[in-house]
Amino acid sequence: MGRLTVASPALIAMRRSITVERRVVMGGLLFLLGLVDALVFGYLAPKGHAVFTFTPTGAAVRVPNLSITPRPVDIGLGVVSCVLGGLYAALDMMTVARRIVATVCALALLVSFLCWAGAGRIPLPFVSLLATTVNSSIPLMLGALAGCLCERAGVINVAIEGQLLTGAFGAAVVASAFGSLWLGLVSGAACGVFIALMLGYFAIRYRVDQIVLGIVLDLFAAGITGYLYDAALVPFANRLNSPPTFNALKIPLLGDIPIIGPVLFDSTIFLYITYAVIVLVQVGLFSTRWGLRVRAVGEHPTAADTVGINVLATRWRNVILGGVLAGIGGAYLTIGSVGSFGKTMSSGLGFIALAAMIFGRWNPLGACAAALLFGFMTALSSVLGTIGSPIPSDILLMFPYIATIVAVAGLVGRGRPPKADGQPYEKA
Amino acid sequence: MTGDVAVATGDEVRPPQGSEPPAGQAGGGPGERGFTQVLIDAVTRGNSVVVTIAAFVLAIVVGGLIIAFTNTTVLHAWGNLFSAPGKAFAAAWDTASGAYTAMFEGAIVNPHAVSAAFHGGPISAVFNPLSETAVTATPIILSGLGVALAFRAGLFNIGAASQFIGGAMIAGWIGFAVHLPIVLHVVVAVIGGFVGGAAVGGFAGFLKARTGAHEVITTIMLNYVMEYLLIYLLGLTVFRRPGNPNPISPTIAKNAQLPHLFGANLRVNAGFLIALAAAAAVWLMLYRTTTGFQLRTVGSNPRAARSAGMRPERSWIIVMLVAGGLAGLAGASVVQGTNFDLAPLIWGTYNVYAITVALLGRASPVGTVLAGLLFGALRAGGVTMQASTQIPVDIVTVIQALIVLFVAAPPLMRAIFRFRAPRSGGEQLEARGWGG
Amino acid sequence: MANDGIDLDVPAGQIHALLGENGAGKTTLMNVLYGLTQPDEGEILIDGRPMRLRSPRDAIDAGIGMVHQHFMLVPVFTVAENVVLGREPTRPLGLLDRRKARREVLELSNRYGLSVDPDAYVEHLPVGVQQRVEIVKALMGHANVLILDEPTAVLTPGETEELFRIMRDLKASGRSILFISHKLKEVQAIADSVTVLRRGRVVGSPPPTATDAELASMMVGRDVELVVHKDVAKPGAVVLAVDHLAVLDETGRRAVDDVTFEVHAGEILGIAGVQGNGQTELCKALLGLLPVEGGTVTLEGRDITGDSTRDVLDSNVGYVPEDRQEDGLVEAFSVSENLVLDVYDQSPFSSGLVLHPDRIDESARRSMAGFDIRASSIDVPVKTLSGGNQQKVILARELGRETHLLVANQPTRGLDVGSIEFVHRRIVASRDRGAAVVIVSTELDEIYALSDRIAVMYEGRIVGIVPPTISAGELGLLMAGAGSAPADERAEVQPA
Repeated sequence: MGRLTVASPALIAMRRSITVERRVVMGGLLFLLGLVDALVFGYLAPKGHAVFTFTPTGAAVRVPNLSITPRPVDIGLGVVSCVLGGLYAALDMMTVARRIVATVCALALLVSFLCWAGAGRIPLPFVSLLATTVNSSIPLMLGALAGCLCERAGVINVAIEGQLLTGAFGAAVVASAFGSLWLGLVSGAACGVFIALMLGYFAIRYRVDQIVLGIVLDLFAAGITGYLYDAALVPFANRLNSPPTFNALKIPLLGDIPIIGPVLFDSTIFLYITYAVIVLVQVGLFSTRWGLRVRAVGEHPTAADTVGINVLATRWRNVILGGVLAGIGGAYLTIGSVGSFGKTMSSGLGFIALAAMIFGRWNPLGACAAALLFGFMTALSSVLGTIGSPIPSDILLMFPYIATIVAVAGLVGRGRPPKADGQPYEKA
Repeated sequence: MTGDVAVATGDEVRPPQGSEPPAGQAGGGPGERGFTQVLIDAVTRGNSVVVTIAAFVLAIVVGGLIIAFTNTTVLHAWGNLFSAPGKAFAAAWDTASGAYTAMFEGAIVNPHAVSAAFHGGPISAVFNPLSETAVTATPIILSGLGVALAFRAGLFNIGAASQFIGGAMIAGWIGFAVHLPIVLHVVVAVIGGFVGGAAVGGFAGFLKARTGAHEVITTIMLNYVMEYLLIYLLGLTVFRRPGNPNPISPTIAKNAQLPHLFGANLRVNAGFLIALAAAAAVWLMLYRTTTGFQLRTVGSNPRAARSAGMRPERSWIIVMLVAGGLAGLAGASVVQGTNFDLAPLIWGTYNVYAITVALLGRASPVGTVLAGLLFGALRAGGVTMQASTQIPVDIVTVIQALIVLFVAAPPLMRAIFRFRAPRSGGEQLEARGWGG
Repeated sequence: MANDGIDLDVPAGQIHALLGENGAGKTTLMNVLYGLTQPDEGEILIDGRPMRLRSPRDAIDAGIGMVHQHFMLVPVFTVAENVVLGREPTRPLGLLDRRKARREVLELSNRYGLSVDPDAYVEHLPVGVQQRVEIVKALMGHANVLILDEPTAVLTPGETEELFRIMRDLKASGRSILFISHKLKEVQAIADSVTVLRRGRVVGSPPPTATDAELASMMVGRDVELVVHKDVAKPGAVVLAVDHLAVLDETGRRAVDDVTFEVHAGEILGIAGVQGNGQTELCKALLGLLPVEGGTVTLEGRDITGDSTRDVLDSNVGYVPEDRQEDGLVEAFSVSENLVLDVYDQSPFSSGLVLHPDRIDESARRSMAGFDIRASSIDVPVKTLSGGNQQKVILARELGRETHLLVANQPTRGLDVGSIEFVHRRIVASRDRGAAVVIVSTELDEIYALSDRIAVMYEGRIVGIVPPTISAGELGLLMAGAGSAPADERAEVQPA
């Protein structure tokens, strides 16, 4: 039977100017958003003010609430968006200007939406929204960073979902069985490494298609955690599925800054680990010898080989490191938040992390920014649920997934993966 | 002065890898001829089948080990390994073999039912396991075809679940909300199932063609979107069963139900025939139509396809429409064939099965049917196994994933079982990536 | 067996040329010397000492530096990053010391007159400069023996002269240079000594003063016809008219810049030029594979600018792409399937949506016989065929249908001499049947052999349209953008 290939179109390099067609389409879209802002969110807004609070309970500094009447504000924002959309379509702007315009219109949409959704409802806790954003982005960021590490070295890792799931499982079970959070954290990482070893083995040694392999590993992870859950965790829930959870750790002084403090400096250790990892990976990849070699392996493994770099070992190392990160991200899902493990609790986060990585053009900082965007969508749906918004909860739950589709459909441009990404290396 | 280089006599240097293989290798290319020939080839083609069987055996063994060593009795017995080794091994063996026996009895035939039949018991009980296998295999084969067809065009359709739900929604709605005469109702509902799935699949294909959005991500996201959409719809009065607070739809009309094939005691229904017919249709499409030729070319080498005047984007949309439709048929077959209503758990683990079946079947229609029957048997058996031995049915997913993993790495199988290398170039899945 | 009993001696401070055809075993031998492949027998002695070269690292440590035919440069890295890769200067904590790297690169490049900008990104550099980066990289590793694998394949004659100057300078500094090539003229020009390889064996060590014919016959093993026999062209009406054509490449640069020419029925227009000067983009634009930015393309009087590839092919155009394996064939498909790759949806191969495999097979059998395609059957995957036979499949497909225009890009790249002769004969036959033929080639021999007129492309423009009687020297000047010749040739051709 014929060989099986799974192909994708070539990703186009970024151009400085875009075609007239693209400009008009984008500009038209922005104009449309403006109309939505003005008409749907502004004109059709329910009665009442939208109130945003910025001071969580127990905060050191009180920031006053913000009360907005939706109609005039949204109509105003809508007009701005329409005008910008028209300009976008008509003028041939520089890349920077285009990005700014698009961002402004997106923000206008967001603000209008929030005003509309919050009109006449109980105050929307804005700090809580941001804090939930940051926290729910933790597994996404760690997953996206894991993806960066693997793919920069040339190995596609679609098994992040499976690593998150097994990480969550391992952390919960071990922390519960031994009553130790730190052991749980280490086990989470170890489980991520377990999947990573399988990924590396089949991808690097046996050169299997990496996307297919990743998906199969995800299935395997779902199967084995599901099986063990039914076989062991349910009957022995007290012993094996009642782990302690990490408490929030507030950083003195920094944690007291109004608005930002509670969001960025008052969370579990997972957030601080994430900060450290972001710095390490960013600096590591682009300013160290290690990073140069990793990127060489991902872009042109033969060239790296001919200067004496061990391509396969480099790939193995990065895949395993990625497993550690993704495992920790998975551990967050249990011992960093809800505690006990539930079947398929990673619910697609691994794939959203992948989308964040692509969206962030395989750069650690960009990937994390994209992850935060997706995390925001999740947080938004949960906060809107608590204040009782007009949108049905099931539709709200779709937000992060729809956002991912929109992002990946490239409405905001695409990048280029490392040149040898996904290509197994054979010595010449 | 430095710099003298001398290479002395008698060198025999190995040729670089990738140098041409000796002429005359019959690879049995994809231009297969008659249908029967294809069937014979698929079953008898030496190494591929051997590897699959070996992978199956290995996966069963590993699965058995997992089953055994997650059983408390076995673990206790192994705690006393050195004092009573016999008991330890016996416990492990009993647990595993008991599980697999239960699986076999649930999927193929239960000897007790056979002997009971000889003593006047119901005949249908003898064929019940096979019927269950067929019933379980039907949606697996259909959604597997959806994944396999997309593979042929170079696309990884992980959204079989979303297309399944799309089809189930439309078929279900037609089933309980519309009233049509007897044959018409079921046919219209089935067609509706195809259309529903095609819409969802086509959307992903459209995104890929127009924006280059990678289908792995979009289809997985659509899975979640459709899942929530279904729950939402089932909350609306239009879709909800009157008088029932749970999210479940009204039962579909009798006229919309797929007829049983062998009487009401066996669940196997016309959906199974639809599945087989769909496989034949897919084969015809791939090898006997111009569209199929295009799809295969685009899937094998999009660049050459372009140079030959084809447009890969068009092929992607077409293939995702049809693949989505096939998965939609799977949804319709479940709604109209066994469940007779619409409920949130409806897509269950069909996505998993669809992908593993397509991979195992090497994305060929015949292979998908055979793999679908195998996995249908495993699943049907697994359900029985869970009922009688309390071993969770998830182990079946693990075994399936293992089978696929092992099959995907023939060199691994060869190393373990010491096979010879195959004659033609490997049937391994060739590695590609995000960008062509 | 790729290399069989090879004895090779390179004295210090000399340029030694390794001459041989494609597939003669040169690359394998070089891979052994560079530690990329292990020999089954024999040994390597450097300065009389036996060396085990298990990896490129060993080779580098032993003082061997290699400049590969396909550059081992990471396009997205800077020159400095590429040069120091593998021996990066670092500050504490493993941080790269970029300043030191830059200094080292500048120092080396100045010492040998190889000017390179350490901060430039390699992907933006022209090919000649990239090669200099490769050389700097090899020298950085303190190489005493420099291996240059087909270095002139991508250079203009002017850049080749520059390379030879660098080689002589390096030789003067005491290094040995192993120069691999299949180009007789260059070997004669630069080498101090020559070894000829054929089919994996050493067939002789002639002096570089040997004649073309002697060297060629040693390379090939028989007397070689260096000229293709063809009748004088009898050109007819204009088939292809290209007018002020402009085509952009991916980065938005004008790859084809205001190109105008005509091709008549019954003539072969050869497009000469170093690779990367817009020839490929020109071919692709003609076939609708790249969008046209400006200008028009007219085929037999009809404007086909911007037409889809499908429409162009259906207008009796045949296309032989540059990369036969990636663009011309589907490797997994059988020979018969590949033979109908662009006509499968036309009768008699299909009616409406239905394919007729029996008729496809019948036609395939005829083509196999007619084009002497060596394959065990029409059903084998085309990837099992040799390069020459693969090219024959493509030709059979394109020439097997009615072709009024044939566009062929590097039609004989990588083929053995027998296949080259076959392909040339077929192309000339096509011309004699009345087709207009456009050949793009980087091999001047081929251009001279086939063309009735030669157009030279440089940086996206046609810098001259000249008769094949032009001297190689003048042609080289044109290819380097330095010559002068009429670029508008409408007056030159008298229709028959």
